[in-house]
Amino acid sequence: MKKLMKGNEAIAEAAIRGGCRAFFGYPITPQNEIPEYLSKRLPEVGGVFIQSESEVAAINMVYGAAGSGARAMTSSSSPGISLKQEGISYICGAELPCVIVNMVRGGPGLGGIQPAQSDYFQAVKGGGHGDYHMLVYGPGTVQEAVDLIYDAFDKADQYRMPVMILGDGMLGQIMEAVEIPEFKDPATFPKKEWATDGTGFGANRRIINSLYIEPDVLEEINHRLFARYAELAEKELKYEAYMCDDAEVVLVAYGTVARISKSAVHTLREMGIKAGLFRPVTLYPFPEKQIAALAAKESVKRFVTIELSMGQMIEDVRLAVNGAKPVSFFGRTGGNVMTPDDIVAVIKEGK
Amino acid sequence: MEEKIIVAGFGGQGVLSLGQFVAYAAIADGKEVTWLPSYGPEMRGGTSNCSVVVSDQQVASPIISAPDCLIAMNKPSLYKFVDKVRPGGTVIVNRSLIPDHVERNDVDVIYIDAGALALEAGNAKTANIVVLGAYLAKSGIVSKELAAKVIEDKFARKPKVIPANLKALELGFAAVR
Repeated sequence: MKKLMKGNEAIAEAAIRGGCRAFFGYPITPQNEIPEYLSKRLPEVGGVFIQSESEVAAINMVYGAAGSGARAMTSSSSPGISLKQEGISYICGAELPCVIVNMVRGGPGLGGIQPAQSDYFQAVKGGGHGDYHMLVYGPGTVQEAVDLIYDAFDKADQYRMPVMILGDGMLGQIMEAVEIPEFKDPATFPKKEWATDGTGFGANRRIINSLYIEPDVLEEINHRLFARYAELAEKELKYEAYMCDDAEVVLVAYGTVARISKSAVHTLREMGIKAGLFRPVTLYPFPEKQIAALAAKESVKRFVTIELSMGQMIEDVRLAVNGAKPVSFFGRTGGNVMTPDDIVAVIKEGK
Repeated sequence: MEEKIIVAGFGGQGVLSLGQFVAYAAIADGKEVTWLPSYGPEMRGGTSNCSVVVSDQQVASPIISAPDCLIAMNKPSLYKFVDKVRPGGTVIVNRSLIPDHVERNDVDVIYIDAGALALEAGNAKTANIVVLGAYLAKSGIVSKELAAKVIEDKFARKPKVIPANLKALELGFAAVR
């Protein structure tokens, strides 16, 4: 039975159903319903909820819990996620699994509290120091966010890396009908032979660490991480190509903006303009081959990237298109959101 | 079928819950729906609004370019959104707080004295439910009976307020029919 739920609350419940038993966070709008919900719900299922003294503390608690083998999570919004970058880099260096939710708000600085997508670079390029990536999802609906976070802990464990859900204020605040999946049984989760859970002794002792003084050792670890990223690109890519078969203008957008773009595509089609929508669901790995294939099609004349930023994902779109077709940009920022008609007007003008 | 509604008013007038009642009733009727609130500092004492889209297919954009219906509970909200209503659409005006006449002649305008009808229902706080009744009578998007059931469900923990809310729904509905 489908239930009307707020995005933040549905995401929190789905995280628990997916096996999350530890949450550490510090409040910030527009994601407060996630910790609020989990503060009540996690103790009911034998989990741990801690409101930490700061975002820096929260991410390091995640680091510790993940190291001991727990399915751990944190959530925040843009300025808070910035504070967490050092910890995220450490977690990536130590090859630990966790889930991080960023309900993005306008920036830079404290910015505003309204929806934005201006943390794309930070999420997909590695916001902290060093060579690393995370598996990054940009869900468009509450149901998709639920389904993605439900499996996110499995993916994090499988690849031993953080998974980030990159939403925005709208996704957090919107209410939609969702189907919440059943509880996963923790007994079925694969054993973590590396976790510092008190079972490794002597020669088999387990060490969680991100400090490697020997360049050769550190280089090897970097190669190991990147081999994993290559595997992600092969196995975990998710995207939606909507009405792209005969499209002459392809809109590229992710998250809630992709939904607004989809309505614009409907209107444009009614006007006789052959528009389509390409929507990356994984933002890292990025569906570059699929976009390159579209760019190679004779029917496709141009791309328009639509974002709630000054233009970030457009760089990845341009790399994928690689000059084959023109790529232009339409965005709103600062917490402002375009309407479907705004997009229609931009496309109609041929911009 | 797709119906796009903007509900707007002062924070505290129940505009968000009015939109939620439409959403809950639509879900109960097997429809797809999105409910998107404005959020932030404007809620405290300022204006507040929500966008509700009801459809028989999955809703694409939760952001509304041109609403089929505007429910304006106070004056600033009327002027903020009235020009966006699509030609042929509906504007529901809370007469208790908005003495103005809507200057558009390409939309249906319903003036309803929600405050007075709420008092008649027995609870001044039910003005939003009066307007819900008026909206359902006009749009037919879900039945009054289904909305009544949703009201009973949502106020299950405060059964004392149910009769006044049901009366408010009836009065609002009757005012338009």
